[in-house]
Amino acid sequence: MPYTIAEKILLKHSGQKSIKPGEFIQAKVDVALANDITAPLAISEFKKSGFKKVFSKNKIVLVPDHFAPAKDLKSANQCKILADFAKEQGIKNYFEIGCMGIEHALLPEKGIVMPGDLIIGADSHTCTYGALGAYATGMGSTDLARAYIDGKCWLKVPASIKFIYKGKLNKWVGGKDLILYTIGQIGVDGALYKVMEFCGPVIRKLGMDDRFSMCNMAIEAGARAGLIEPDKKTKQYVAGFKRKPKFYYSDADAHYEKTYEWDVTDLEPQVACPHLPSNVKPVSSLKNIKIDQSVIGSCTNGRISDLRIAASLLKGKKVAKGVKLIIFPATQKIYLQAVKEGLAEIFVRAGGVFSTPTCGPCLGGHMGILADGEVAIATTNRNFLGRMGSPKSFVYLSDPAVAAASAITGRITHPAKI
Amino acid sequence: MVIKGKVHKFSDDINTDDIIAAKYLVSTDAKELGKHCMETIRPDFSQAVSPGDIIVAGNNFGCGSSREHAPLAIKGCGISAVIASSFAAIFFRNAINIGLPFLESVDVDKINHGDIIEIDLATGLINNITQSKLYKTRAFPEFLQELVRQGGLMNWVRLREGRK
Repeated sequence: MPYTIAEKILLKHSGQKSIKPGEFIQAKVDVALANDITAPLAISEFKKSGFKKVFSKNKIVLVPDHFAPAKDLKSANQCKILADFAKEQGIKNYFEIGCMGIEHALLPEKGIVMPGDLIIGADSHTCTYGALGAYATGMGSTDLARAYIDGKCWLKVPASIKFIYKGKLNKWVGGKDLILYTIGQIGVDGALYKVMEFCGPVIRKLGMDDRFSMCNMAIEAGARAGLIEPDKKTKQYVAGFKRKPKFYYSDADAHYEKTYEWDVTDLEPQVACPHLPSNVKPVSSLKNIKIDQSVIGSCTNGRISDLRIAASLLKGKKVAKGVKLIIFPATQKIYLQAVKEGLAEIFVRAGGVFSTPTCGPCLGGHMGILADGEVAIATTNRNFLGRMGSPKSFVYLSDPAVAAASAITGRITHPAKI
Repeated sequence: MVIKGKVHKFSDDINTDDIIAAKYLVSTDAKELGKHCMETIRPDFSQAVSPGDIIVAGNNFGCGSSREHAPLAIKGCGISAVIASSFAAIFFRNAINIGLPFLESVDVDKINHGDIIEIDLATGLINNITQSKLYKTRAFPEFLQELVRQGGLMNWVRLREGRK
């Protein structure tokens, strides 16, 4: 029977002879991730269950990143629950702030997640790892608590939708623009309970950072997972890690519920306007939208290539008067690289702040909350009402080039104009 | 199980930040979370809820983050069940796993804010007492019914592991 890449990975982890979309399976997980928001609930459920030992010391990952470094006493206590549990259970992959990062940038960077894996995470953007050719999906804390016991999760096998991108990308257009365009076309429930498989010549040319950005936002279309078949770039990315990858590919005659095919040659940078990630417009159609803040970073766009793009625009320039520019690299490794390459200096000289890695600003946690009436352009993934602070604030989502260009002019701006 | 209550009507795409804003995720207590349920979009919501009331919403209810605090906040403010045209996948499994009753219905447009309705979870029937109308919904697949019968995922896994 022909299968998609997603179905092949789920079949392998189900231990069954065959699977089909709609079927419920109990699948073995390779990695079970949680953070300082979701792990406390998972840990308390695990403890209430009466089981004493977790199923594996190596497959559980705990990353305090959302409200870390702890923003207040309550957050500090939540982070401590992770540290204590990791110590008590001997969990290997616990990352204290000095060696941490935003989970979805950190795990691939450390080689914790691999192609062919089934990864569950109590964080909706767990789907990021699909860029490696893994099945990665967000779940809740109770799902994690269950996995802590027997290393398994329940899944309803989703049908797949294929997205083919053809043509040649313009300068300043990347993975973030492709995924924003896609969500704009299909809507925030356009892939509800489906797998999004991204393919075509444009995807093959994208670097891994752009691929992570794309898969990261599959959830914003309601998808269970977003996958890209592995290729040379994937193999290069995972070469040298201790864990061995398994490469799966979709069969030529695999079944897709739907196929979208777009020529993206003329695509310009895309911006998702308030208050939904699907409210997407080309940047040049947005006239005279003044901003108070520009945020560059997050699990979507806090990787080194994102920072390089932002720095290429900000070099020798100043942030517009009255605009707050916040740049937060996604991991300590990226932070160090940005320092080495002189990017950090460019940002600070331009009048921006260069922050320690944290999810903080993206979800209105800390490090850049929006006040009443303020407008932000952000390279993050959600612009729901009140997402970054005040319910009276406005968030526009873009790629790092648009966010950097807009910080310089004070208005939402096409990077070609800088 | 039969649930009866007053309807609080919501639109499409109610997201998890609407249900419980991230700033309140420093607690895992359902009652505490419940005080701030839907605060961003309907500031007086938690005061307007009487225990047993029911949320009726459109498509893609619970889209966004994986925070289980969302169904917990809904439970914590006294809501007994959610009916929607469709649910976001993570919210769907979180609700099942923690035992928040919910139904998918194609008839939500016919139900008005303030209607008194009665839901029979075993049969999937919605009885709109205010309008004297009956709506049928599709029954859950067998595996999900098993989870509900056994009182959520943790009880299910306890029983399963115990049998080994």
